Amino acid sequence: MTAATADDATRRDFLYVASGAMGAVGVAAVAWPFIDQMNPSSAALALSSVEVPLDSIQVGQGITVKWRGQPLFVRRRTPAEIAESKAVDVAALPDPLARNLNIADTAPATDADRVIKPEWLVLKGVCTHLGCTPTISTPAAPEGEYGGWLCHCHGSQYDTAGRIRKGPAPQNLEVPPYAFLSDTRIKVG
Amino acid sequence: MKHFPLRLALGLSLAFGVSTAALAQAADNSHRLPPKKEEFSFEGPFGTYDRGALQRGFQVYKEVCGACHALQHVAFHNLAERGGPGFTEAQAKGIAAGYKIPAEPNDKGETTDDKGERLTRPGILADYFPSPFPNENAARANNGGALPPDLSMIIKAREAGPNYVYSILTGFHQTPPHGFAVTKDKYYNPYFEGRNIGMPPPLQANSVTYNDGTKATVEQEAHDVVTFLAWASEPKMEERKQMGFSVLIFLIAFAGVLFAAKKKLWADVH
Amino acid sequence: MSGPSTYTPKSGIEKWLDQRLPLPRLMHDTIHTFPTPKNLNWWYVFGGILTFCLVTQIVTGIVLAMHYKPDATLAFGSVEKIMREVNYGWLIRYIHANGASMFFLAVYIHMFRGLYYGSYKAPRELIWIIGVLIYVLMTATAFFGYVLPWGQMSFWGATVITNFFTAIPLIGTHIATWLWGDFAVGDATLNRFFSLHYLLPFVIAGVVGLHIWALHVPGNNNPLGIDVKSPQDTVPFHPYYTVKDAFGLVVFLIFFALFVFYAPEFFGNPDNAIEANPLVTPPEIVPEWYLLPFYAILRSIPNKLLGVIALGAAILILAFIPWLDTSRVRSCRFRPTMKWLFWFFAIDCVILGYCGSQPVDAAIAGISLVWIARAGALYYFGFFFPIMPLVGIFETPKPLPASISQPVLGE
Repeated sequence: MTAATADDATRRDFLYVASGAMGAVGVAAVAWPFIDQMNPSSAALALSSVEVPLDSIQVGQGITVKWRGQPLFVRRRTPAEIAESKAVDVAALPDPLARNLNIADTAPATDADRVIKPEWLVLKGVCTHLGCTPTISTPAAPEGEYGGWLCHCHGSQYDTAGRIRKGPAPQNLEVPPYAFLSDTRIKVG
Repeated sequence: MKHFPLRLALGLSLAFGVSTAALAQAADNSHRLPPKKEEFSFEGPFGTYDRGALQRGFQVYKEVCGACHALQHVAFHNLAERGGPGFTEAQAKGIAAGYKIPAEPNDKGETTDDKGERLTRPGILADYFPSPFPNENAARANNGGALPPDLSMIIKAREAGPNYVYSILTGFHQTPPHGFAVTKDKYYNPYFEGRNIGMPPPLQANSVTYNDGTKATVEQEAHDVVTFLAWASEPKMEERKQMGFSVLIFLIAFAGVLFAAKKKLWADVH
Repeated sequence: MSGPSTYTPKSGIEKWLDQRLPLPRLMHDTIHTFPTPKNLNWWYVFGGILTFCLVTQIVTGIVLAMHYKPDATLAFGSVEKIMREVNYGWLIRYIHANGASMFFLAVYIHMFRGLYYGSYKAPRELIWIIGVLIYVLMTATAFFGYVLPWGQMSFWGATVITNFFTAIPLIGTHIATWLWGDFAVGDATLNRFFSLHYLLPFVIAGVVGLHIWALHVPGNNNPLGIDVKSPQDTVPFHPYYTVKDAFGLVVFLIFFALFVFYAPEFFGNPDNAIEANPLVTPPEIVPEWYLLPFYAILRSIPNKLLGVIALGAAILILAFIPWLDTSRVRSCRFRPTMKWLFWFFAIDCVILGYCGSQPVDAAIAGISLVWIARAGALYYFGFFFPIMPLVGIFETPKPLPASISQPVLGE
């Protein structure tokens, strides 16, 4: 047998490298569908936004709607609740940021930055401590000291703009992305 | 090799036997005719769904077939997805809103109104096409005891699906052969096994008025609705064929490189 | 041949591992340096292809199980959701379904290769028997898997096959009820079939490990059927056979891809696109193609119990081949009579498969397929007994070459 020439060796190495490279590309291309299949399916994505009609909600009332598998609070605030919220000193709040996904991350937690229209408060009803659903305070059945929500799991208290005032929760209740389709209808998500 | 002619002979006699058997079957009047051969844009390795046919076919389903046939595995948001009829999300939303979906129990826990009618709400993108009947018994009661099958997968559920369904839809109004007895309350269709079908002829000329102005002959309507139903059975067909092309090109190239590597490597062994 | 290991760990990590769990040594000895006959032809790439098929089925299966719902009211719909809504769900499902057919195609080629070259003969009998066990496990896995989509053919195929057990006298019906978990195939059956379908592939993987281990004791057979006489007869497995197997695999993948992307329903039955209905039997109940020859043998015998016994015997007789074949020569290359009979057997399996695919009352050129199937079954069993033992005794084999390296005598 004749020994392989240097030329043969380089050609063989090239073929090995080429095979290995193509194999790696193939494996990566095959891997993607197997990873992506765990992402939300098109059925889950179709439920990623919900439209909420507002016409049946009276002043001082709110509803809870399921959105992306979690509760969504939609509340029609009284003028007193709005005024109470505006009077709060934002700098003294446990969480001074707005946590409003419709505006910049750095926006402060002023009442204006927690809503689009002052009368309508739209919040994700998930306590920012460990995920329980807080209970709304009503004149008939007050919950907590701030006229907003009280989370019965560990005692977090939120005010009339859903901002954390007392208790272990680190952040204000999240304001999800939403928009007014009309005066009586919002689309969330 | 010596045994080749033997295998060839066996193969040929098998083919001959099978074809005579098939023809013998069709000649017997109770067995169905083989389906007509209609050409569809989605056939073949590079086939795609004709968007116009899909939208016209959807119109035929909506206005004619949907009165009796469900499409339970198709969701309204599928209408706006790639490889489908090509409606925009807004259009699909509008189509969904035109359908009545059984509503969740109201605050009083009721699911029906004072007249006993099911409470409904307008459809949203996430909903599936609702069935025209609340259950199988209601479907049968409204159709002379026959159950109109769900159409989501009808093209896959029948041999030679597109041609078969097309033949059924265009196979009515034929004269039965002499001596053939058409069962009461059934209709003669030679493309249906037994030739007595429970479905009355669903399509007439101008059963629908096409939005794009195409002339609505029975053949056109049948062609379009079969295209739509083929999409309903296989919404991912275009993606599948496109991916197949890329995959095959890659594999053929890869095979070439590996073959060269093998040959080079083994050269010093042989 | 398994001899002393030639592995020397080089890096620190390799040395550390080698003293605690010598996996690199195992890889080195079995895949890297393993001396393999240098004359293996392309029929030998199917072992590697089969390993790939098993891994593919397990990976796609586990991913499908993330979305599939094994409940009689939800199963069919969940498969449709996979096809329509799960990202790339259609691709994973089609790979899994067509992968099963590819798996059986590869295993049949692999088995026929073993038959032709006498790879089942001493000292490799146990490799063959373990292989038969793998085949039986594959058949069971495929049967359970086909039921899961809960289409008409899933349901009625399950009904027919589980009804085989009712053929057993006295206890048959009790066994069937125990298998069903109910008075007929239903939700209870579906759930347990899902559990077993998930379990068996891992059992197969373990048995494949034994299969390869048993192979590595004597080493591979080869197309000449003669033993390796010196190291010149062999080449190291890597890179010679790793590269050759890789090429074979990619060609196989081209074939596989043609089905997945361009004819994904080719091996399927349209009736399985209809949800299972216990009150309506499809006009023809047909198993998947890879079970058709056995289906034909079953139907060719008019007695229920004997038909089931024939079906079982048709598979189990494979395990006895190492002793049924009396020839001192391994490879059919040097067995002129056996070579013809082998090809007749292969054609017979295809004919039986065709018979199994047709309705019971079908006929060709006036001859009922039942009689063709009976003739086919007769030759099927006859090939193993008495043909194998008799031909081994009376055949005059061609002279064998001196060695693999010097196949021409007197070179």
